[in-house]
Order: sequence, then C-alpha cells, then structure tokens
Amino acid sequence: MDPITLSRWQFAITTIFHFFFVPLTLGMSIFVALLETKYVRSGDEKYKIMAKFWGTVFLINFAIGVVTGIVQEFQFGLNWSEYSRFMGDIFGAPLAIEALLAFYMESTFIGMWVFGWNKVSKKTHLAAAWLVAIGSNISALWILIANSFMQHPVGYAIEGGRATMQDFFALIGNPNVLYQFPHVLTAGISMAGFVVMGFSAWHLLRKHDVTIFRPSFRWAAVYALVGSVLVGAIGHFQGQFLVKEQPMKMAAAEALWETEQPAGFSLVSWINEGAQENAFELKIPGALSFLSYNNFTGEVKGLKDLQAEAVASYGEGNYIPPVTINFWSFRIMVGAGSLMVLLAFLAVLWSNGKREIDSKPWLLKALMPAAVLPYLAVTTGWIMAETGRWPWIVFGLQKVEDAVSPNVPAWNVAFSLAVFFVLYAVLTVIAFKLGIKYGKADIKIKESAAAAD
Amino acid sequence: MDLNTLWFILVTVLFIGFFFLEGFDYGVGILLPFLGKKDEERRAIINTIGPVWDGNEVWMITAGGAMFASFPHVYATLFSGFYLALVLMLVALILRGVAFEYRQKYADAASRNRWDWAIFIGSLLPALLWGVAVGNLMRGVAIDENMNYWGGLLPLLNPFSILGGLVFVSLFTMHGANYLALKTEGEIEKRAKDMAFKSWIAATVLTVAFVVWTFFATDILTKSGVNGLIPAALAAVALLTVGYFSKAGKYGSAFIGGSLTVVFATIMVFAGLFPRILISTIDPSYSLDIWNAASTPYTLTVMTVVALVFVPIVLAYQIWTYRVFRSRVKADPKTLVY
Repeated sequence: MDPITLSRWQFAITTIFHFFFVPLTLGMSIFVALLETKYVRSGDEKYKIMAKFWGTVFLINFAIGVVTGIVQEFQFGLNWSEYSRFMGDIFGAPLAIEALLAFYMESTFIGMWVFGWNKVSKKTHLAAAWLVAIGSNISALWILIANSFMQHPVGYAIEGGRATMQDFFALIGNPNVLYQFPHVLTAGISMAGFVVMGFSAWHLLRKHDVTIFRPSFRWAAVYALVGSVLVGAIGHFQGQFLVKEQPMKMAAAEALWETEQPAGFSLVSWINEGAQENAFELKIPGALSFLSYNNFTGEVKGLKDLQAEAVASYGEGNYIPPVTINFWSFRIMVGAGSLMVLLAFLAVLWSNGKREIDSKPWLLKALMPAAVLPYLAVTTGWIMAETGRWPWIVFGLQKVEDAVSPNVPAWNVAFSLAVFFVLYAVLTVIAFKLGIKYGKADIKIKESAAAAD
Repeated sequence: MDLNTLWFILVTVLFIGFFFLEGFDYGVGILLPFLGKKDEERRAIINTIGPVWDGNEVWMITAGGAMFASFPHVYATLFSGFYLALVLMLVALILRGVAFEYRQKYADAASRNRWDWAIFIGSLLPALLWGVAVGNLMRGVAIDENMNYWGGLLPLLNPFSILGGLVFVSLFTMHGANYLALKTEGEIEKRAKDMAFKSWIAATVLTVAFVVWTFFATDILTKSGVNGLIPAALAAVALLTVGYFSKAGKYGSAFIGGSLTVVFATIMVFAGLFPRILISTIDPSYSLDIWNAASTPYTLTVMTVVALVFVPIVLAYQIWTYRVFRSRVKADPKTLVY
C-alpha cells in the first residue's frame, strides 16, 4: 500500500479509538460534577458515594482519552506534513489554544479531584469537578473549531501557497461549529446517560445497593433523554446546513445519484458505486425534501450533477465520496439515535414519580446492551463527517493526496499503524474490562477501600 | 522586539516548563522500580507526582501545539523527519499514562510489577529520545531545499546525540531523586538521598563530556562569542551546587540547583540556535528560522494575546496545586490514596 492509504488508515483508526473515550469523558465529567453538586448542597452522603462510584468509571475512561489524544496532537506533523505547512497558520492556533485554555485545566484539576478529597474543602473539591468538566468540554470546542475549518473554511485567504488566517473571529464563529459542538456535547451527554443506565440496570436486576443505583438510574435516564433528544434535533438542523454547504456529503449519505424534485428518502438501498446507481431502493416519497428544507417540494441535487459542478469549479477528478460507507454510516447513526430516544423515554417514564424501574426487568435487561448504541452512533457519525469530505482534506482547498508527508516511507507508516493498532486494541480491551469490572463492583467493598483515603 | 522573536522566546519558555516539570516526574518514573521495594513504597513514590504529572505533561503538548501555531514548518519538518523516534515516544507516553491510572486496579503483585515497568520504560524512553532530538537539533540534520528531512532514524542515532540522550536521562534522574528526597519519608527518603548524589556524579560526568563535545562539534556555544557561554556557565555553576548541597544534606537547595541546571541548559540550547530553529547540514540557507518557518503576523498577534492572558493563569493554578499537595507522602497503606 502507498503512504497515503496507510496514513489515512492510521488517522481513521487512531481517531475512532480516541473517540470511543472522548464523548464519555465529555458527558460523564458533567454528570459526576452534577452529583457532587447535589452532595455539597444537600450534605447527603449518598450522592458522594454516587459521585465517587461513577467517577471511578469516568477515570478509567479518561486515562485512555488523554493518552490517545497526545497522538492526535502530533500526527498532523507525523503523517500530514504538507497539510501542516499549508494549514499551520490557521489550524495550529486552535490546537495551541485548546492546550492552553482547556487541556491544562482538565489535567491539573483531575489531579485535584482524585487526590484532593481530604486535602481541600468540599466546595473547592466541587470546583475542581466542574473545572474538569468545563475543561474537557472547552477542549472539544477548540478541536471542533479546527475540524470545522476543514469542513467549511471561513475567514482565510490563500497567500504564498498556503491558507492564512484573516479573521480569527470568523474562524471561531464558523457556522459549522455552531452545529457541530452542540451535537458532540449532547452526544456525550446521551452516552454517559446510557452507560450509567446500563450499569445501574445490572445492579438493580440483582437488587444490589438499590439506594445508590435507583437514584443513579433516575438521574441517568433524564440525562440520557435530554442528551439523545437534543443530539437528534441538532443533528437535523446540521443536516439542513450540510445540504446547503456540503451537498456532496449529504447526497452521498442518501446515495442520491440523480437530482430529484421532490426528493425521496431511502430507507435501504442496494448501492452499485461502479455503475453509479442503486439496484434496489425503498423510498419514502418527498421525505428527503422535507428533511432538507421543511417542505415536500424542494429540489435535492444528486451526485452526478454535483460531480459535474465540482469538475467545473476545481478541474478534472473524482469528487464523489465513498457512497456506501456514507449511506450506511448515516443510517446506523440515525437508527441508533432513534432507538436511544425511545429507550430513554421509557426509562424516564418508568423510573419517575411513584414508579420504580425494578418493576420492568425487561427494560433493565434491554438497557445493558443498549449502552453500545451511543458508541455505534458516534463512530458512524464521525465516519460520515470525515469520509464525506473526500477527496478534500480541507474542503475546496487541499486534497488528501496533496497533504501527506512526502518524506515518510510507506514501511514507516505501516510499522506505526501496526503498533498503534495493536496497542490501542489491547488498551481498549483493558479499559472496557476494567470499566465493566468497576461498573459492576459492589459499593460496600468499594467504600471500605475508599474509607482508607 | 518583533513577534517572531517573541514567539521563539515563548516556545523556549514552554520547553523550559516541560523539561523542568517532566524532568523530575520522568526521573521519579525511572527510579520507581529501584527505590520502591514494597508495594506501598511504590505507591508512595507514584503519589508524589500522582496529582501533578498529568498537568506537567500538558507542557509538552502545549509546546508542540504552540510550535504548530507559531512555526508550522518546524512542526511539519521535525515530526515528519523524526517519524519513528516520535512514534516510539508516543507509545512510551501512552503506556506511562495508562500505567499510572490502571496500576492500582490490579490487586496481584505480578500485574502491578508489570505496570511499574511500563512506568519505567514510559519515563526512560521519552527522556532519552528528547535528549537525542535536542542533540540533533544542535548539530543540525540534512534538511533539503523544501524543508524536508529524508534521512530516517539511523542518522539521528549518532554518538553525539546519543550522548545528549544520556545527559537528559541522568539529569532527569538526579532531578527526580532530589524531588523524592523532599517528598517522601523513611526508607524511600534514605534511598532517594543516596541516589541523588550518585546520579549527580553520573550527570556531571556526562554533561561535561557533552558540553565539551558541543563546543567542538557545533556552533551552539561559539556562534555569538562570549555571550553564548553565559547560560552554559550558569548551568555549570547550578549543577555544581547540586553536588555540594546533596552532600551537605540540603535537598531543597539541591532541587533548586537541579531545576536551575535544566532551565539554563535549555536556554543555552535555544539561545545557541537562535534565530535558527532547525539547522540544515546540507546548506545553511535551507535551515528553518524564525522567519521562513513562521506563521503570519496576524496569527502570531492572536496567539500572543492568548498566551499573555492564559500562561499566567495556568501558572497560578498549577503553583496552587503544588501548594495543596506540598506535604511528604508516607508509605502507609492507611493514608495512601489509591
């Protein structure tokens, strides 16, 4: 394989692994801070136990998120040096600002959170919890500001063969990030909700420590519902934005070869990318027009017309992203998300007021495997966002093939790819095993150990 | 002062912060399997840096990020050119970070021992590789007219740069031993004090050899006349005080001496490079310097505002954390935080 293909695989794999851990950090850090807030305000020890218990699961996850993040920071220089030269004037700034504003904050106060229970006052400790949560989420914001430029360049000029920053406030006010950040934030919230519900369900089915896991479940159900409803709603508007700004990506996500007016939404398609047609499809008439424009008559451009337009603007070349991957990624994401809304709704309905969720064992049983759903949704979501930009690394400005490091031989990339893959796979297995072990741990055992600190 | 010079100084400051802070916590990691005999002793050693190592590591990440923002060509040339070495270092740092967090999740001695060795390797390798990298920066590498280095890993492993790597390892070990002498009690403290003096001898011998070699093999010390020798002289004096104070049993002063050694040595390297950042051995005109490698004045201005506001805030809260966790860590299972 050539260095470009290998570098793309490496970026895809390291980023997907990294993003197994990031959304849970985003959502769980806020969840733990909320529990600790309740503890400090009410003085009820129960909430401290909850904060510590879910905090342990959070920390197991956080560690891998941090270390895989270091690779992210450096691999633009490693494998994409031409990209770094072309984009450094714009792209380096949000990365550096992320480190200065956010990464220092979360990394410093996480130490305070773990080691500070008996060193600082309750309120200071609570502040540390919130600073970790805020730091993590600001960190995501700056990374998404950087990514948004790649999706939708703004506030730049091309000078001396590179993109230069002309307007910093345009960069941070990029309309793309106004959708992308809330989408990622609420995805994290729903993931944390589902993970906490999944573990709580396991304990409740066994009648373990119900005084801890019933309220944990109640909180998580509401958290998951808020997160999954919002992530879907924001995703809808984000999709409408993409129809305007990156029509090629959306057309690929719909496997829409020909322009249609009104356009139908395919539930399933048998896609033949070679022949540029779908051998079979099941369509809801007018639904895609409605999703795109809120009316049943709008025209949605197809891939072939968009390809012709792209050739006219950028010259010869293939501008159609991998359609099958985009089509199915989009459907898995939306499908998983919809299922999450439904499950979270039922969970809230049956765990609030006078009802106890224990009386619905089938739902508890369903919620354990359902913790996989948010992982599926975030992974396919990013696969669509990134592969849908093909062949561009920076939309309309630089192609992937022009971005790779010229001086790194294929065998070096093959070596690092193999090393990272094995290392990440092993660490992910370890992390999930530990996460599950501690998520299923008995509170009493944990507390007697924790009483020592 | 122009923005390019200012950013050269700011990047230098970030590297000083990185080498000073990660210096002792790499040192602690290197010493862990040797100074900690029992499980609670190892836990105590880890806990001396437990609350702070993550924040320390961000200095390296910020130095990398700031280099990307201010001198993107340096970021691109250095990381693509030193590809395999950097991959190795990332692997080491990943192991180290995970090991700190996961070690205590395993109850059996064998697993914990494995994680301890991961911490050791994860601390030793980055220290060594940063030293090797700095050695290569000082002597220059074969950078072509398009700012690319094509030589791969082997030419980077030259004797001069390997000696640089050993200097880093020995200095950081000494720095870590002095830190542990201040932060532990009882048996560990005794062993740390003993190690502080021994590692000082090793660090001094290696550093003297490296500085002499630097004088003859590079222009780092000679380029700007007597001025170039000032930071080197200050680093030498600081290093000598470490030996004096650790012999005299004053480990606080020895730690300060070690810190100043790291600070002045870093200044020596960067001042010797200035205004170049990456020296080309093919043709001096191919070198990357603070002008041809830099971002535009607009970006540098934005970054200056951000840095001047946030670096002091970061310093304030990091100093505060060190104050909160300033007491010594006892190797007592009853009081240790796991």
